[in-house]
Amino acid sequence: MARVEIANAGVDPGGPAAPGGGAGRTAPVGAVPVLRRAAAALTGDTWPGFLVRRTGRLSASLGVVVTASFAMIHLIPGDPVRAALGIAADPAQVAARRHDLGLDRPLPAQYGSFLANLFHGRLGDSIVSQMPVSQIISDRLPATLQLVIPAVLLILLAGIPIGMLAAVLTRDGRRRRGELAFAATTGILAALPEFLLAVGLVAVFAVWWQLFPVAGQSDLSSYVLPVLSLTVVPAASLSRVVRVEALRVLREDYMRTARAKRLPARLVYLRHALPNLLTSSLTIGGLLFTSLLAGTVLVENVFAWPGLGSTIVQAITTKDYPLVQGVVLVYGAAALLITFAVDVAVAAIDPRSTVRGT
Amino acid sequence: MAATTVRGVVSAEPPESFARRLRQSLRTPIGAAALAAALLLAALAVAGPVVFGDQASKIDTSAMNQGVSGAHLLGTDSLGRDIAARVIVATRLTLRLGLSATAIGLVGGLLLGLAPSVLGRRAGRAVTGVVGVLVAFPGLLFVLFLATIFGIGSTGAVLAIGLALVPTLARLIQNLATSVAGSDYVATARILGVGRFRIVVRHVLPNIVEPVVLFAAQAATGSLIAFAGLSFLGLGVQSPDYDWGRLLNEGLSRIYVNPASALAPGVAVVLAGLVFALLGEAVAQTGGRRTAARAVPAARTPVAMNADGGLAQTPADVDGDALAQLTHLRVSFPGGRTAVRDVSLSVAAGEAVGLVGESGSGKSLTALALAHLVPYPGHVQGVVRFDGHDLLADPRSGRRLGAELAMVFQDPMTSLNPALRVGRQLAEVSEVHLGQSRKAALARAVDRLAAVGIPDPERRARQRPHEYSGGMRQRAFIGMGLMAEPRLIIADEPTTALDVTVQKQVLELLGRVRADSGAALLLISHDLGVVAEVCDRVLVMYAGRVVEELPVSRLFQGAAHPYTRALIGAIPTMTTDLDRELATIPGRPPEPGEEISGCAFATRCAFARDRCRGELPVLAPAAGGAGHRVACWYPRAGDGGTVTDDTDTDDTDTGITRAESEAVA
Ligand code: SF4
Repeated sequence: MARVEIANAGVDPGGPAAPGGGAGRTAPVGAVPVLRRAAAALTGDTWPGFLVRRTGRLSASLGVVVTASFAMIHLIPGDPVRAALGIAADPAQVAARRHDLGLDRPLPAQYGSFLANLFHGRLGDSIVSQMPVSQIISDRLPATLQLVIPAVLLILLAGIPIGMLAAVLTRDGRRRRGELAFAATTGILAALPEFLLAVGLVAVFAVWWQLFPVAGQSDLSSYVLPVLSLTVVPAASLSRVVRVEALRVLREDYMRTARAKRLPARLVYLRHALPNLLTSSLTIGGLLFTSLLAGTVLVENVFAWPGLGSTIVQAITTKDYPLVQGVVLVYGAAALLITFAVDVAVAAIDPRSTVRGT
Repeated sequence: MAATTVRGVVSAEPPESFARRLRQSLRTPIGAAALAAALLLAALAVAGPVVFGDQASKIDTSAMNQGVSGAHLLGTDSLGRDIAARVIVATRLTLRLGLSATAIGLVGGLLLGLAPSVLGRRAGRAVTGVVGVLVAFPGLLFVLFLATIFGIGSTGAVLAIGLALVPTLARLIQNLATSVAGSDYVATARILGVGRFRIVVRHVLPNIVEPVVLFAAQAATGSLIAFAGLSFLGLGVQSPDYDWGRLLNEGLSRIYVNPASALAPGVAVVLAGLVFALLGEAVAQTGGRRTAARAVPAARTPVAMNADGGLAQTPADVDGDALAQLTHLRVSFPGGRTAVRDVSLSVAAGEAVGLVGESGSGKSLTALALAHLVPYPGHVQGVVRFDGHDLLADPRSGRRLGAELAMVFQDPMTSLNPALRVGRQLAEVSEVHLGQSRKAALARAVDRLAAVGIPDPERRARQRPHEYSGGMRQRAFIGMGLMAEPRLIIADEPTTALDVTVQKQVLELLGRVRADSGAALLLISHDLGVVAEVCDRVLVMYAGRVVEELPVSRLFQGAAHPYTRALIGAIPTMTTDLDRELATIPGRPPEPGEEISGCAFATRCAFARDRCRGELPVLAPAAGGAGHRVACWYPRAGDGGTVTDDTDTDDTDTGITRAESEAVA
């Protein structure tokens, strides 16, 4: 009992070691338990309580991201403006830029206006190009999403069926050699770093066979290699997870019940097994998706893709701190929203996960 | 007395056994490969710059941007420097930076991971909370954030990658520490007043060394790759220094001219990562060996017939009246385990038959064989007939079982699908087997739920099993069997997992359902009392064989097999003295793999003689009358139809007195 309380105390966004975690008794915000109990009492349902609790956790984590991105510019040793403009810069110009950025005001006031601006969608101006950061982000974001969305769909569409098929074919120790081959292949693929895979794909498909362009965003064929680079590694790990989960599910009593009902194999696997392995697989899948975000940074740089990932690297190299701040904010929020969406999806499939502390 | 025990427990868990196990695992193929590869890598890192240093930095304007050639194995870069030499020389810097970052991550992870165990409750929670928030962000994002703060370059990158490793490692170590802290000996140490810090150093740390080493190896792989990524992005190592990531960056811009210049450093990163992964694997083996999976020999039991088996089917074995019939059934598993040996049984239409035995007697597998549900890799031999169809010869005939055979399993908590609404689970039976529409099937499901006594069935049908109580789930399960037109219900310990009060209701329900539908019942139970209440006929199984078969009416007065009698002695009755232990049967049933030449019960039987141990007793008509068969060389004579309850003689007859059973216990 004590173990559960310690392990899940405080704000717990359900890290990798506690998939579907949050079985503890403490709520992140004092008012939340009251709200939750009220909601549950009104409807007799665990859903509202779950949503309130989960949204509370999301807002707390978002707060951390916002504060971190604000704090970043102040954590940089020395004078970030001088660093950005160069040592030779005119002191008057530096002072003027400091004033533009509001860095000469007291810290709490700066934080306040940072939040106010953020609320209105203003993220400041780039030091280098003088363009509003929000505009740069909205220019670059679509290119990144055009990689991420197909990649996520492909990961799910490849990882889940392949993992299930592998489980069905190797269940209860059938086909040991096939099991070994699957474990070895997916194990190697899952361990590859995305950007090295990307370089390999470029060498083979773009340079030697010249099937696809080496870099840049143009027609449809230019999407193939970047999307593939983002898909293969997570799909391989997902299929491994799904296989293990499916093997566990196939051993459950209710699967024997399904077989005892002499349902066609299609129903046995799709209706009875799939929802039960989706919950735990998706929990782990959520982690894969957030790491996919990070993967885009490297893959975009391999393919010179005009997305957020290449933007943030350029911004870091040119010390364009307001732009870095803005992109970090977008990536951080995206990671949290993905985790949130996965939790809600899991709860929709398996309502038991909305029940807390039972 | 108590103090000595406690001290004994606290001083358990010798930490030095880890080093020994590590040495052992380095002798396994994986361990040896990991060690060899690690030594090679270390040699390259130490000797590489010394041997190839000049070659790697020699600018040769006459050989710029060359492809692969004899002189330059991987070609040259834009200043004519040899790429192969540069990749080898870069090993040292790459490893140094990667391992420094790992060290930072490990130290930080240990500090934050163990902090909750050392600090007080409140501070500990705060640390856990912070780690929990940080761990939600993808590592590379964290690295980029920190790299911005620390600035571009090797030092900033080491700090950024090292610190970015901290949350994950801290979370893993926290989980380990809390699980160790929850163990008994730490609890006793705490009760004895050992300080928190001492507990961590003396008890927690030594017990988590193994997994922490594994995590460190994984972290090393991770930071090597992260470093390659950062240098590749131009944020890590800066020119004129170079690590593999930097070489990859330079190579990618010339991938058209010389793909090898981009691939070689990439391959180097992957291979070095593999070395660390192998090392981690070797360490994991160290811990894993204790629970290493025993490989089950895959050899199938040959289909040879045992002398006692007599699998040959004679016409007389086919009982035309039987609804379901097993003939010379044998269920075996790879590795020579035979769970069911030569069992024949038949169930007539409308009849209720009980199958009784201890767990491991083969009764459940017999029932599963009848339902054509023996789990892989179980091997079923003999003849299984349902309504005249041979299920083993014609597997397609199994499809009709879905409509005509209903199963009820032991644990209603796990036998219903937790992810599907109960109504759906019922409805699909008549959808699939009776071809009903979704709507009609759902209406029937609600009707069936009402029939098994579930209140408010419309609402209940929309609920999922976790909203049902145990008894209700079993009712719903029985209702599921009634969705089609069952002619046989096989109930495997249907009440064992339920409360005593609910047990009775479920038994009554089964009886009522049978009366209404006219279905036959095969009731599997370890409880003779339950069987006697519901069934017409009883088969008693022991060690995979039927040892006695008799009508229920004769059960309590006419049982002839010593084992059956012992079971009867174990039934609590109204007259049982509650202060005294129930009679149990001393000894253990034989293991499933054991080959016994004579009577399997001989070791526990008070009447065993030499013949019993040497010769297998076959099922033969008993003296008692029609329908009574027994497999015993020295069957007990019943008291022939007298209905008087002569407890004294019963006790002596079973050969197992309470005194004896107590002595054994
Ligand atoms: S055959 Fe012998 S050992 Fe077996 S039950 Fe009968 S009397 Fe006992």
